[in-house]
Amino acid sequence: MKKEINAADVKLMTELQGSIPMSKRPFKEIANKLKMTEDEVVEKVQSYGNKKYYRRFGATLRHQKAGFKANGMVIWSVPDESMRTKIGERLASHREVSHGYERPSFDEWPYHIYTMVHGETEAEVRGIAKQMSAEVGITDYDVLFSTREFKKTSMRYFDNWPVCE
Amino acid sequence: MDNTDKQILNMIQTGFPVVAEPYVAIGRSVGISEEEAYQRVMELMESGIIRRLGASFDSRGLGWTSTLCTMCIPPEKIEKCASVVSEHPGVTHNYERDHKFNLWFTYIAPDKDTVSKTLKEIESKTGYKVYNLPMIKKFKIKVDFQFD
Repeated sequence: MKKEINAADVKLMTELQGSIPMSKRPFKEIANKLKMTEDEVVEKVQSYGNKKYYRRFGATLRHQKAGFKANGMVIWSVPDESMRTKIGERLASHREVSHGYERPSFDEWPYHIYTMVHGETEAEVRGIAKQMSAEVGITDYDVLFSTREFKKTSMRYFDNWPVCE
Repeated sequence: MDNTDKQILNMIQTGFPVVAEPYVAIGRSVGISEEEAYQRVMELMESGIIRRLGASFDSRGLGWTSTLCTMCIPPEKIEKCASVVSEHPGVTHNYERDHKFNLWFTYIAPDKDTVSKTLKEIESKTGYKVYNLPMIKKFKIKVDFQFD
């Protein structure tokens, strides 16, 4: 948790973590609410971006509605540690891959690389994974689909900010 | 959704203009008026194609820590265990996958000590081991889907 983030920042960022107001002057509405000027708000919001507090300022789409129906987590076993970066980058370079990570493995969970693969159907996602497998020569992989969602929210950092003096 | 909508979405997914009059900027960039740009974004929000318009905060940028966890739960107990996990406000996604490792969740906390504390608490409440899988390396993040 960054110490330089003060109570005023937390208040302003609270307004940005959901949806900004539907208005032609959304930052003016926020400014009015927080008793700031529109310029101050715009400048602060830009500075949060420059400081990388947020990755992106923009629209988050409902992917399902936009046409991506099947999302598979493809996990890869790459026991040779020295090969992981090269293989991970190659796997992640696919157009259908949105995220690629290396994560720790366990004896009973021997996977090292995780790629999220998106397609129209589960069969399409499995097909893409098969192609990826042939490309990098890793045959020990699995494709996991989610079968039930228990919780899905955006993190509300600023409701849960520990110290706010 | 016509071509102009797609152009707007491609633009505002990556960057909604952080300026006093954002719809003037959007209109200019796709060749329509401020009024039309505003109406179109409002319709995309109302129809639910846009889920949210705001900042995607970064746990690392804010100095927080995030992780992915998994558990092996007997299928008949998964709902009960899932609700123990979901109780925590830092658990943002919690879902079942078609595998022996069937419960998966992401967890975000102000620091690593809080992560260990929470995961231990989940283990003691459910009686099952939590496998903590924090990122070692990121290969790529691409959250926007471009429309052709």
